[in-house]
Amino acid sequence: MAELLFWPALLLYGEAAVGYFGDVRRPGRAGRAATWGVRLGWLAQTALLGVQAARDDGFPWGTWASSLDLFVWLVVSAYLIWGCRKPYRLLGLVVMPLAVALLAVARAGGGTGVGSASHYSNLFLVVHVGLVLAAFAGFTLAAALSGLYVWQEKRLRTSPATILRRQVPALATLDALALRTVAWSVPLLTLGVAVGLVRLVVRGERLDALIAVTAVTWLVWCAYLGLRLLGGWTGRRAAYLALAGFVLVVVVRLALPATHFA
Amino acid sequence: MIHLVLVGTSHHHAPVELRERVALDREAAEALAARLAADGCEAACLSTCNRTELYLATEEAEQAEREAVDALASLGPEVEPALYRLQDRAAAHHLFRVAAGLDSLVPGEGEILGQVRLAHELGTTGPLLDRVFRQALHAGRKVRAQTAIGESPASVSSAAAALAEQVFGSLEGRSILLLGGGKVSEQAARNLRSRGAEIALVANSKTELGRIDEELVGVDVVIASTSAPGLVLEASTVAEALRQRRGRQLLLVDLAVPRDLDPAIAELDGCYLYDIDDLEQIVAETLSGRRREAERAESIVAAEAEKFHEWQASLDVVPAIASLRARAEEIREAELQKAESLLGRLDESQRRAVEAVTAQIVNKLLHLPIVRMKQAAAAADGVLYAEAVRHLFGLGEDER
Repeated sequence: MAELLFWPALLLYGEAAVGYFGDVRRPGRAGRAATWGVRLGWLAQTALLGVQAARDDGFPWGTWASSLDLFVWLVVSAYLIWGCRKPYRLLGLVVMPLAVALLAVARAGGGTGVGSASHYSNLFLVVHVGLVLAAFAGFTLAAALSGLYVWQEKRLRTSPATILRRQVPALATLDALALRTVAWSVPLLTLGVAVGLVRLVVRGERLDALIAVTAVTWLVWCAYLGLRLLGGWTGRRAAYLALAGFVLVVVVRLALPATHFA
Repeated sequence: MIHLVLVGTSHHHAPVELRERVALDREAAEALAARLAADGCEAACLSTCNRTELYLATEEAEQAEREAVDALASLGPEVEPALYRLQDRAAAHHLFRVAAGLDSLVPGEGEILGQVRLAHELGTTGPLLDRVFRQALHAGRKVRAQTAIGESPASVSSAAAALAEQVFGSLEGRSILLLGGGKVSEQAARNLRSRGAEIALVANSKTELGRIDEELVGVDVVIASTSAPGLVLEASTVAEALRQRRGRQLLLVDLAVPRDLDPAIAELDGCYLYDIDDLEQIVAETLSGRRREAERAESIVAAEAEKFHEWQASLDVVPAIASLRARAEEIREAELQKAESLLGRLDESQRRAVEAVTAQIVNKLLHLPIVRMKQAAAAADGVLYAEAVRHLFGLGEDER
């Protein structure tokens, strides 16, 4: 069953990624097809996660690969909030290829099947893994919005003649959305990390590389919030900081998980 | 047959000196339409700065055309050679193109749709003009909904407003500083105000220009178009203001030649500077985009014109169809009355059943001939078919 749901999700996300590329060349039909690809793919992946949870009777995304599966779902869910709107289609150009690649990696690691139930309690996994992944999904979107900001800002400076050819959200909108997304994500990460640390202390376990880099990531995103809300940072500077924070998210999600999940 | 007649002139055929002679205000256009409709025909007058057109619906097409030509020619001796004359399908197609903005100086401009609506409202219209104007408005809306012909700015002033929206999103509550009071900058300011922005200061005099430094801290958009020979705003002044703005972005539009704003402002973080060349490039780019979209719009308009033609052609056979239906109904009712005396008394449900069955038989028998007549009408054989039906079914002279 999980197999039956994985392939449609992957193919539809793939179709969306290709559709968004087509939309760049000739805006219109390809973009609409891509949006439907995201919607239907998300439905298929939601069903896949439902089947995984039902079969394993709990929270089956505690392993590195299966957490990637859940992470992709969270990123696409957050993207769907704005992604269906025409000006945000360009965001799909970044988000959907990433979703396809990560979902494929999750499958290669065995994270999209059933039987991944963890020995940890469901409550701990939901609070720790669930919240940390939700926060990382938020940071991913904030980074995508910031990337779009940097790109659009450059166009506004260097090629005003063609600036209106493509519908892109206003700079102020991108800036505000990135801030709002981070403002939601930082508390989620704080809570998720705090729960993990409490458990670490109670069990007397040692810090690993992933925990250390996650702490640095948390600091960077807290600094982002602080500088924006108190230091008056906006625009390009804030966007670059968000992109730097995202690099840490990539390291935490892709380079270091083996040290933690092992 | 009722014909649609169009007589008029536009920017394609007449220079502005001629167009201003035939341009009619609201009252004059209404009065002219009423005068032309006095003979019992339908009439509407579409008059804008780029065109004056008379639309008439009448059985006497030649006479109506002559009257319309006379009416416009009376406005100036040299008008008549610049007039175009179209009828029926071509006239409807022309009106649909006009409503869609395809015949406008700037393809896809949106104002024309309101002007067509006004012409319809002020006209003395009947079934045919009502139909053609409604369908023209529908075609105009459809073109704007299904193509991007009207989406991009077509003037320097609207390009400035579009750029402001690219930076700030909604312009509600944003403030503008106007340096100088040129016509184009006024238009740009008006465009921004129509989107919700407010004018903070119009700096025309030396005293007002001296206040620029402090105003720069609070405003979001600066539009400059003074006739000063040198720079009015230096990059260092803007840099100083930016320090106090705490990262808020500033859009500067320089419409003056020679330029008012220091080109080095473009290098400052948080500033977006555009001069008249940038805006003209945007307009040129969007106009070429509109022309590309116009090709798609033409096919929508052609399809709508075809629908109108089919409807107009079906008018030829409508009286014959009505007579045929009436005759069939007359026969059905007469036969039912005869049957009632033969069958004895029927209760209410039996009566309804017999009514339904006989009505169904009549409808089924007439369905195909009526469909074929309408098809023939669309292919210009309508009159022939109508005559044949009258002859075959013995429809009387009084019904013609």
